[in-house]
Amino acid sequence: MSAVIENHHDDHHHGPDKGLMRWVLTTNHKDIGTLYLWFSFAMFLVGGCMALVIRAELFQPGLQLVVPEFFNQMTTMHGLIMVFGAVMPAFVGLANWLVPMMIGAPDMALPRMNNYSFWILPFAFGMLLSTLFMEGGAPNFGWTFYAPLSTEYAPPSVTFFIFAVHLMGISSIMGSINVVVTILNLRAPGMRLMDMPLFVWTWLITAYLLIAVMPVLAGVVTMMLMDIHFGTAFFNAGGGGDPVLFQHVFWFFGHPEVYIMILPAFGVVSAIIPTFARKKLFGYDSMVYATASIAFLSFIVWAHHMFTVGMPIAGELYFMYATMLIAVPTGVKVFNWVATMWQGSMTFETPMLFAIAFVILFTIGGLSGLMLAIVPADFQYHDTYFVVAHFHYVLVPGSIFSIMAAAYYWLPKWTGNMYDETLGKTHFWLSFVGVNVTFFPQHFIGLAGMPRRYPDYALQFADWNMVSSVGAFIFGFSQLLFLFIVIKCVMGGKKATDEVWDGAEGLEWTIASPAPYHTFSTPPALPERATA
Amino acid sequence: MTGTEKRDQGRSGYLIGLKWLIAAIAVGSSWSVLADWSALNMTQGVTEISREVYDLHMLIFGICVLIGVIVFGIMIWSMLVHRKSLGHEPATFSHSTKLEYAWTIIPIFILIGMAVPATSTLRDMYDSSNADIDIEVRGYQWKWQYTYLNDDPAQEVKFMSSLLTPPDEFYNRAPKREHYLSDVDNPLVIPINKRVRFLITSNDVIHSWWVPDFAVKKDAIPGFVHESWAVVEEPGIYRGKCTELCGKDHGFMPIVVKAVEQDEYENWLAMKQQEAKDVYETVGKTWSMAELMETGETVYAQHCQTCHQANGQGIPPAFPSLVGQGMAIGDLDAHVDIVVNGKAGSAMQAFAAQLNPAEIAAVVTYERNAWGNDVGDLVQPREVNALIVAKE
Repeated sequence: MSAVIENHHDDHHHGPDKGLMRWVLTTNHKDIGTLYLWFSFAMFLVGGCMALVIRAELFQPGLQLVVPEFFNQMTTMHGLIMVFGAVMPAFVGLANWLVPMMIGAPDMALPRMNNYSFWILPFAFGMLLSTLFMEGGAPNFGWTFYAPLSTEYAPPSVTFFIFAVHLMGISSIMGSINVVVTILNLRAPGMRLMDMPLFVWTWLITAYLLIAVMPVLAGVVTMMLMDIHFGTAFFNAGGGGDPVLFQHVFWFFGHPEVYIMILPAFGVVSAIIPTFARKKLFGYDSMVYATASIAFLSFIVWAHHMFTVGMPIAGELYFMYATMLIAVPTGVKVFNWVATMWQGSMTFETPMLFAIAFVILFTIGGLSGLMLAIVPADFQYHDTYFVVAHFHYVLVPGSIFSIMAAAYYWLPKWTGNMYDETLGKTHFWLSFVGVNVTFFPQHFIGLAGMPRRYPDYALQFADWNMVSSVGAFIFGFSQLLFLFIVIKCVMGGKKATDEVWDGAEGLEWTIASPAPYHTFSTPPALPERATA
Repeated sequence: MTGTEKRDQGRSGYLIGLKWLIAAIAVGSSWSVLADWSALNMTQGVTEISREVYDLHMLIFGICVLIGVIVFGIMIWSMLVHRKSLGHEPATFSHSTKLEYAWTIIPIFILIGMAVPATSTLRDMYDSSNADIDIEVRGYQWKWQYTYLNDDPAQEVKFMSSLLTPPDEFYNRAPKREHYLSDVDNPLVIPINKRVRFLITSNDVIHSWWVPDFAVKKDAIPGFVHESWAVVEEPGIYRGKCTELCGKDHGFMPIVVKAVEQDEYENWLAMKQQEAKDVYETVGKTWSMAELMETGETVYAQHCQTCHQANGQGIPPAFPSLVGQGMAIGDLDAHVDIVVNGKAGSAMQAFAAQLNPAEIAAVVTYERNAWGNDVGDLVQPREVNALIVAKE
């Protein structure tokens, strides 16, 4: 690793501009990564506030704080903002920062497009959020926006929602093309695909998923637009259309979408666990194959979200079997992480704590996913809080914990300063407790029969709803501590070494901390080949 | 070693063995001390199918818990022992083809063990042939309509079933009743030990008809009719909910099914058939203004008030005000028409399917003469009926 020599004098000619225009005009992958990460954190807080409105209303039975119309707007906007505004941009931000540094590239392959793909987002979300102030209110038909509730029966703001989704799609497609092109063309000489860090691999596969399915999403919202404004009847049964067609097209996008939000998380965790176990990742090859298998399977299981729409039995059985198959490669990943920890020499800094919590809690979410795949049982689980518990287990202590793990793990490299370890651990434990108190009882509420997207509920669900709401506030407010820790780390702190963590491997640890504005202007010489 | 344990399991593979294991875990763990099991777990229900589904649920749940215990157990062991602070030196292995094969192949057998009973239960659920009674279940924003299909249209019993809990209870102005948000004015009545087939559809957006005790959940989709069925074994009142987001009052359209003995069912059905006949007769008579206003107020509270509000002011723009403007003080024929036929592209439904002509005449008259509208005119049920018949 010490064999790599940095070309420091480049910095003197190409340092960052001063002031606001640095951020508006930047084509630097590190700046754009930073923009993405801050943007996603802002959206995380906005979407989180909406979640807290929901949980506050559900604290006890009755309608206390909001009316049902507004409650539906909150569930819808919470979902849209968290999926498209918080989780996805955070992973794009990580890709921007890390992919070039991990493969020894000077920048992303298409820097100008990189700038565009970020700067579309504030406009897209500005438009989406502005619908809250429009006559008739914001979209209120759920983040899955099933027709005809989202077409014939939608508020007028649905058109703005459609346009915002188009913008997000354009941004994602440009971002993913950039990732693919960078990874395939700009790897340091001698780095084979099977030498790439797993984070790069998972992002390569994720980017292909995005390029494949974002146009499908664009297609389905365009069909809605046509139904609403131009007299077509794609989804209108009265005009010869088919409301179920909407669900098929939506979930053909939607299922790969949920893996888009988890595959890069696999990459992050596969980087962190070996570092703090001081032991190489177990089964690198099988990790790559498992990721690719999961990505492939994600295209052929979409209708497991629709077991109750009345598909013929052959369809139900096919989608059940195909969905159950996903457990196999997912299991391989979990077993590999456990085997990486086994016989290691572990320490438990904040990134490791988040990564271990990820493995445990994501596995719980995966197991409840397996239960949901069983069609007859799904008839009882479908659209209840059991489903809410399931997907929040894979998304919050899954995707979001991995993003936090990544932030703590690479912050010293990005800022040159160590974060405050005590505060970091405090943040972890508050989040860990908060998440479980929020979402674990939702399994019970769902099994006992409470449907999702209900602004009010029967009395037998009261106790666990109250517990869940308390957990949500603990989790929500602990994120302010995260904000404080990050700002504190950016402002100063104990200086980080170049390697930062004593077990860390990879090209990003061979450059200075903080990472210079331009890195790898000349390709690095690779450390000894990473083969067993 | 885990690999061996799991392989043994995969080999023995018999569900009975697994069920015993699960039972042992369930009894051995702390769950049994928890008093109110029903607040934590799926209902066993009152049909053969619902019990099959419950068993399947417990089987998969048990397998998942077992996998969780093994995987997390190894992780926790490793975290406790393989720590740097205890001076544990890292091993150097990073690959084992044998292990990789084992943990790819063993899960496939476990999955097959789950898929077999799931497939057989699903086949039973999908066999909806040989029904004794056919009931059409139709979703509306935000209530259910039940029609007891009959070859003779005069004998056809059809009624709406909507929430009974008054708004005062959800706005915390009155104490909440025992079956808060779970009671309806007209429950669906079915006989026990008969194969009842539900033909589920919708009039507007997608709803979903779920009765947990029957393990029946089917989406009600406009333009489609889907089947489901149940043979209920015990008399009782079974409560369910709408489970597909259908707009503002998605949480306020519960389902109540009353399962009764065969003779009680027959009496009830005869009574409902008589009621249907009575309605037919009331439509023929001439109503006074006072009668129309009185009935109109009741109908308005049941069917119009959720959108247009008790004071008629509505929630613009989605639900326009009826006071001092528009339809309610304008042309009488247009007013009747919008109530009968609804308004395309809005939430205003065609109420001809839900209300009888007398009710429509009464509510139109009420809207024209309430809240200070004072138009002074009225419409007779037979005129409304003529309009509906002409349309058909």
